[in-house]
Amino acid sequence: MSRRHQNFRNYRQEQRLTQQRVLAAAVFVLLMAVVLMARLFYLQVIEHELYQTKANDNRVMLVTEPPPRGLIYDRNGLVLADNRPIHSLTVIPERVESFPKLKQMLSGIIDISDSEWEDFDDRRKEYRRPYQSLTLKSQLTDEEWAKVSVDLYKLDGVQVEAQLTRYYPYGEAFAHAVGYVGRITTKDLETVDKLAYQGALFIGKTGVEGFYEKTLFGEAGLSKVEVNARGRIMSELERQNPTPGKDLHLYLDARLQQYAYDLLGEYTGSVVAIDPTTGGILALVSKPGYDPNLFVRGISVDDYATLRQSKKLPLFNRALRGGYPPASTIKPFMGLAGLEYGFSSWTERYFAKGYYQINPDGRRYRDWKRTGHGWINLERSIIESVDTYYYQLANKMGITPIHNFLTRFGFGQTTLLDLSGESHGLLPSNEWKKAKYKEPWYPGDSVNVGIGQGFMVATPLQIAAATSALASKGHYFYPRMTRLVGDHPAEFEDGLGDEHDIVLKDQRNWDRMIDAMRKVITDAHGTARRLQGTDYEIAGKTGTGQVFSLQEDQEYDADSLEKRLHDHALFIGFAPARNPKISVFAIFENGGSSSKPADLTKALFDAYLHDDYPARYDYLKGDKND
Amino acid sequence: MTDSFYRRALSFTNARLWQLVHVDVLLMGSLLLLISGGLFILYSASGQDVAMVERQVFRLIIGLLICVALAQLPPKYMRRASPTLFIFITVLLIGVLLFGVGAKGAQRWLALPGGLRFQPSEIMKIVMPMMIAWYFSDRQLPPSFKQILAVLGLIVLPVLMIAKQPDLGTALLVAVSGIFVLFLAGLGWRYILGAAALAPIAGYALWQFMHDYQRQRVLTFLNPESDPLGSGWNIIQSKTAIGSGGLYGKGFLEGTQAQLDFLPESHTDFIIAVLAEEFGMLGCGVLILAYLLVIARGLYIAANAEDNYARLLAGSLTLTFFVYMFVNIGMVSGILPVVGVPLPLVSYGGTSIITIMATFGILMSIQTHKRAR
Repeated sequence: MSRRHQNFRNYRQEQRLTQQRVLAAAVFVLLMAVVLMARLFYLQVIEHELYQTKANDNRVMLVTEPPPRGLIYDRNGLVLADNRPIHSLTVIPERVESFPKLKQMLSGIIDISDSEWEDFDDRRKEYRRPYQSLTLKSQLTDEEWAKVSVDLYKLDGVQVEAQLTRYYPYGEAFAHAVGYVGRITTKDLETVDKLAYQGALFIGKTGVEGFYEKTLFGEAGLSKVEVNARGRIMSELERQNPTPGKDLHLYLDARLQQYAYDLLGEYTGSVVAIDPTTGGILALVSKPGYDPNLFVRGISVDDYATLRQSKKLPLFNRALRGGYPPASTIKPFMGLAGLEYGFSSWTERYFAKGYYQINPDGRRYRDWKRTGHGWINLERSIIESVDTYYYQLANKMGITPIHNFLTRFGFGQTTLLDLSGESHGLLPSNEWKKAKYKEPWYPGDSVNVGIGQGFMVATPLQIAAATSALASKGHYFYPRMTRLVGDHPAEFEDGLGDEHDIVLKDQRNWDRMIDAMRKVITDAHGTARRLQGTDYEIAGKTGTGQVFSLQEDQEYDADSLEKRLHDHALFIGFAPARNPKISVFAIFENGGSSSKPADLTKALFDAYLHDDYPARYDYLKGDKND
Repeated sequence: MTDSFYRRALSFTNARLWQLVHVDVLLMGSLLLLISGGLFILYSASGQDVAMVERQVFRLIIGLLICVALAQLPPKYMRRASPTLFIFITVLLIGVLLFGVGAKGAQRWLALPGGLRFQPSEIMKIVMPMMIAWYFSDRQLPPSFKQILAVLGLIVLPVLMIAKQPDLGTALLVAVSGIFVLFLAGLGWRYILGAAALAPIAGYALWQFMHDYQRQRVLTFLNPESDPLGSGWNIIQSKTAIGSGGLYGKGFLEGTQAQLDFLPESHTDFIIAVLAEEFGMLGCGVLILAYLLVIARGLYIAANAEDNYARLLAGSLTLTFFVYMFVNIGMVSGILPVVGVPLPLVSYGGTSIITIMATFGILMSIQTHKRAR
């Protein structure tokens, strides 16, 4: 059958040979099949649990859902800190073919800074779940959003995501009271539950936002979801809904706050207004402020440098941390101290020269009135703000009674219930001076403290709180920002929020002192007689502080030397005098005459008591339905 | 023993009728068993994509038609056509290297008019054993040393061309199909042992010849954890799918790895992992058994074929089919590198269904054209 037939071919034998080989192959096939089954046995039986765990790890993911942050309202239901949807440009790196190409394409559409790219590249290289999106640029403007959206189909892996961001509608006047949220730092994460903050964009940093972080944040939702390999959520296995953060209702009156801020004009300074019946802070102004919105998504280096380097120290919260001599505004308290310890009385008369000397040949402590006030008593020393009266009183008392008495009004301590960062000022004492200067307390030191100068330093908040306590005749409330947390009255730890009474040996002294402060306005020689002509009574006290520059403020600039030599102008007041609804402390730094803070205070009283603000503040009215 | 088993089984069917239409009932039966099981898995692996299953059914029907058509052609015609076919396909392979079209950097197809594509290397899987079997059909067995060299020469040329496309999986399968003929022809055991000893050197040579992505596959195979999100992803996920299936599996359509897309290529090369995840080791055992049934019938046909050509060809084609299965399951379960070989008759798509069904057409032809004894 073959062309090249071979004689000795044994077809039978050849067939057997092939058949043997087929048999060998069959054995080989069986062996290899056993190998496969053995491999499957190893994976599916012996290592089953390992792979089962792996499969579960693959498909099950914990997703935290950041709760909507609680809003912050003023007393009239105006939203001071709001949540707003924003659009961010995000990228799923796995879907991007080439980053240089993407960079080039995007550069033709919107501006993305080098630092934004660097930040993005860093986060991209960290370990992360595949197919999770990363933010490349947050807070797109409407224009950027529109531009990107048009070209989105060309940009693989790029998308625009909506998120909630914090927004402060009323800007800089409120920055020091409400505070701000900012980008979460590694340091922040040490103090909070990392898992809860996984999807959060920011965290409360300062002001009410910082103090009430936990309350405002709420509880993050946690869901166990089944995801596919591209990270898309296929189904939810378990879910714990996020609990929205609680809203805060402040005592703050937005119109009063803004009005006070505006009334400070070009001056730096501070205004604190307190409701003496509750201790609630109606206004907490530190001027200048800054735009808190700058901080929400991380402030740029340039913006921050500008704020830091400004000589007016906009980031410095004067209301809580500014150390000022209380000056003559301390006199009513000093007078009460003298009465309490029997060093003065309402009837005792004192001849006020133009100066005071501890020893006949000693240093002359000058009165603001060179000619002196003549024969006066305690009441008149308040009305005319007689310095020499308080020099001699303080010298007679010595520092210890002063220290003890003023302590009861909150001087030298932090008293604010729900804002952090308050400074405790300085209420000097023997011990303090010894520790600090290794020197004894000299009578001259007391003399200076007698008119609220010398070593004594107080913050606007402390002076305002003490004034409020005086206004309510010793019914002392710790000052507080927050009235309601959610639907419940704000509660404070350790009963700190409890009011208590400062009880004088003779309680009638409250009325007498308030009366004297009323006459500061009504008396023909009163230092604040310019405030006459109101249909309600004002009690007040002026103050003019010799210039002590702010503690932090060390820059010295020749151009502004003149102005910086001007005295600080201070005023404390409350109204109506016999039934106070509002007490105010105001300071104009280098304001010269105390007429400025006095006028400011009167304007605030007019507006607040009559609910009669200039029409331009109508936008801050709120709906009052809270 | 098997012989009597098949004989008894055959007695239940109308043997003469099937003989007349040249269909081997047992082979066809085992194939249909395998195919229907495969469609069942594909339904799950495709994410319950009925359209995809329908396309697969359509392909399988074409394959079956080709199978039955080829079965009508007596083996002697195949034998006579073998050298011509071999030369023709080799020329086409040269054509692929020169004018071929392709995707993903590989050049495997020849474009035909009418938008059709044609993959000569796929046909070489059949033509190669035909050629070698033809070579031995009128030569005395076992082969001499010179004949061995000649045969190796015949194998090397097309294999190199296919490897150059580059399509290492197909190249290896084509080489193997030729070498199987050599083995069945009675290649001396000393040569086999010698070749086994030389394998490391050959391995080194092969490494030099490989493209970067092919080397990467080997490296990934050796240590998949080295690049868990990149090239190791496939194998880690397939092992996870298989292992998590356990003994009895997670149930039909319940495999999380497959249904949630963690398993790549789940409807093509990695389809066995879907079966392993949803039906466990038990399901895999049944599938492998179905394969063994087909292979057993193929080897039976080979052993009982009429002449050397038919024996060698039938044996080699059956063994190549086995290698397909073994390499696929081996790579998916992580004992072989990922070379891109589909699970025959079960994986979705590809030209491979057509070629494989053609293979079984040839086997049926060999079985049903025997002169009556």
